[in-house]
Amino acid sequence: MKSRIHGSGLPLRGGGRPVRKRTPGSADTRRWVGGLVGLIATLLLAPLALIMSASPAGAVDVLCAPKPGESACISGTLRTETGVLPNVTIKVTPETGAPLTATTSETGKWSVEVTQEGSYTVTIDEATLPKDLVTTGEVVVKAQFGKTSPALIEIRTQSYDASTSKVDELIQSAASGLRLGLLLALASVGLSLIYGTTGLSNFAHAELVTLGGMVGYGLINVQGINIWLGGLLVVVICGAGGWVQDRLMWQPLRRRGLGLTQLMIVTIGLSLALQYSFQYIVGAQTVRVLIDNPTVHKIGPITLTNQSYVAMAISVVVLAGVGYALLRTRVGRATRAVSDNPALAAASGIDVDKVIRLVWTVAAALAGLSGLLYALVTNGIKWDSGLQILLLLFAAVTLGGLGTAFGALIGSLIIGLVVELAPVLGMPGDFKYATALLILILLLLVRPQGLLGKPQRVG
Amino acid sequence: MDTIQSILNAMLREAVSPQTAAVAIAVIGLNIHFGFTGLLNMGQSAFMLLGAYGFAISITHGLPLVVAILIGLAAAFVFALVLGMPTLKLRGDYLAIVTISAAEIIRYVGRSAKLTDFTGAAQGIPGSQYRDPFTKLSPFGNGSTQLMPFNYHDVAGGAAWVTILGLVLVAACVTGIVAAGRRLEGLTRNVAVVGLSVLGVVLALFLAPVTNQNTGVRGWWFTGVAWVLVGLSTYAVYKLVTSPWGRTLKGIREDEDAIRSLGKNVFAIKMQALVIGGLFGAVGGIMYVLPATVQPDSMGRSLTFFCYTALLLGGAASIFGPVLGSLLFFVARAFIIAATNAYVPDSVMSTQQTSQFAFIVVGVALMLLVIFRPQGILGNKRELRFNV
Repeated sequence: MKSRIHGSGLPLRGGGRPVRKRTPGSADTRRWVGGLVGLIATLLLAPLALIMSASPAGAVDVLCAPKPGESACISGTLRTETGVLPNVTIKVTPETGAPLTATTSETGKWSVEVTQEGSYTVTIDEATLPKDLVTTGEVVVKAQFGKTSPALIEIRTQSYDASTSKVDELIQSAASGLRLGLLLALASVGLSLIYGTTGLSNFAHAELVTLGGMVGYGLINVQGINIWLGGLLVVVICGAGGWVQDRLMWQPLRRRGLGLTQLMIVTIGLSLALQYSFQYIVGAQTVRVLIDNPTVHKIGPITLTNQSYVAMAISVVVLAGVGYALLRTRVGRATRAVSDNPALAAASGIDVDKVIRLVWTVAAALAGLSGLLYALVTNGIKWDSGLQILLLLFAAVTLGGLGTAFGALIGSLIIGLVVELAPVLGMPGDFKYATALLILILLLLVRPQGLLGKPQRVG
Repeated sequence: MDTIQSILNAMLREAVSPQTAAVAIAVIGLNIHFGFTGLLNMGQSAFMLLGAYGFAISITHGLPLVVAILIGLAAAFVFALVLGMPTLKLRGDYLAIVTISAAEIIRYVGRSAKLTDFTGAAQGIPGSQYRDPFTKLSPFGNGSTQLMPFNYHDVAGGAAWVTILGLVLVAACVTGIVAAGRRLEGLTRNVAVVGLSVLGVVLALFLAPVTNQNTGVRGWWFTGVAWVLVGLSTYAVYKLVTSPWGRTLKGIREDEDAIRSLGKNVFAIKMQALVIGGLFGAVGGIMYVLPATVQPDSMGRSLTFFCYTALLLGGAASIFGPVLGSLLFFVARAFIIAATNAYVPDSVMSTQQTSQFAFIVVGVALMLLVIFRPQGILGNKRELRFNV
């Protein structure tokens, strides 16, 4: 399990390059047009740009560009189950001729350019390996002109026990699945509430999750704010982002009477714009919120980082809080009433717009929290992390029943477990996200309203 | 003037590029889905990718060209059936959710290391491995041709006023096409649009003469076939949507229950629309990769969003909308990139950031289009009030 991350860490190039702040356009004829552009520019990008303007430590990777018809590259990343290995010598031996050598970079990456097609044997110079590590032998790769061939050499700590029993493996994966499920639940409850109260499938929701991770990176990593204070700030900033988003964009559009299909395409445009804004400001690399080594803690057969346990605890508490608020408080009842029938809710004196505003705020704050925790417990967050998350979120929400908050919770847990358990049960690791979709399609065939949805006609 | 000329050239290269034509074909397919039937297909890039994979893998395994194309189409056909079965009976957002997820899944599977022998994983299949059978069909032979031997260099020695006058005329042509597309009706409209388009293209080539190889990658053979396919697709869609079947499609878009009450099998008709639009997507995908590589990451979600922006720009539910939209979209994008590269100093925006900036502009443009002008340039506002 990749639960521990070694200190030498991932590349943390970030700011450095000057950041351009976009100013709102001149369109103040219609108030909210300026608002729309201003929303994206000022409220989401400018603070992010400000946060990112300090630059964290950098590292440059070894690059090898194969030329078609002339040369080929063989490259790889040296890592153990605990992290990457810098400064290890790799020997690449052709079938005939002298061997070539390469040394791994700070990020454990190495590459060799060869000018001859054919088979190459890749071995590790054991003398340069840190103590306590052993390789599991050599690999043979085929080099092809104009291509980079990956070479994967397995290295293990001697103490690492590869022969964990299937049951232990299942329990460990179930724990990771639960962790993923809880993080997804934080985001998907908000997505489902937005759907319930406004009928909108928000395709930009996963970008709100990424935003949480990115703001966390900016505040905690780049600015060096204490993690707890920084985390709180992330939630507040993201919540405020949600409030502003509804105030400046969604509410005016609702009043304008724009159809749901059209609104959905607006969210898609927003998601594209946000994604590339992240890349514009932060760069294309994975960024991490905390740089130091997370420590792991073992409970029975389960090994997870301490951060994971804390993240899971926070998720459970927050989800319980949201559940309590929905079931027991006046605001929660009002939200459910609007979800059920907005017209009737309005007629019985509920301020529908206020409820929707609240839902957007809470949903964005939850998504931000989810993104922060996601960046903490996984290796970090990237500008396009939302792509993967969105898929899982939609699978979870549809599985549970579109618009039901508790359905989203159950759906998320199921999807989290499925995604993490599938590789243990024999599904190739690359296809683990496909399993989530497969379940979604099968479920739509037999129970289109989802697990907790009302069996009404959804056609 | 040189900078302007080079920006012009970049725009025109983008405009005649076979890949622009390929996207136009995919957008024509998307128009059947979204414009005419009201199906929110968010995975048009997956149809393209599947067509491309089916085609390229078949050829690398030694199958003849025709069979390879058929296999590419078959892949898209099956994909449409699999996606349509569970979702077409449900409310529209289910199709959107399932297609966008499925498109990502196809991309993940394509770039999976387990399938390196077939798909080449994340690196993809290089074009040189599957391009030959198509290149060999070229009747043009070798060498290269400048499309307009008579160009702005020949008038008044290529003075600045020639270029400026020419640009004004091109702009007039585009305005004319738009005006004709929106004001005129029936045959006059089609003749006017086609005539003005030809005039505009000739003028544009006069201003920025393009020299290309006859047969090579991005040569005239590729470009010609791509644009002929665009023409054929446009004609096919015109015939389809003016047929009784096409009227049923629009009926489904406007009021599904009304069509059902007339005894039509709505599910079957929606499925037919999904399949046909998907097949156009696959043809577009094959054309898209012919001059390039089958690279799963270049045919992901962004490509679908490009298609939507192009469609909404040109005008959904119109015949010429997809072609006009794709052209304007890619030319505008080339303009943004070339102009920011030329005029915005690197200290403000690096070269890498300009392409990201172009993406941000696409996203914002998509939002603004839907909000302020859902009918695009050529569309009819009344036709685009539907809700899925």
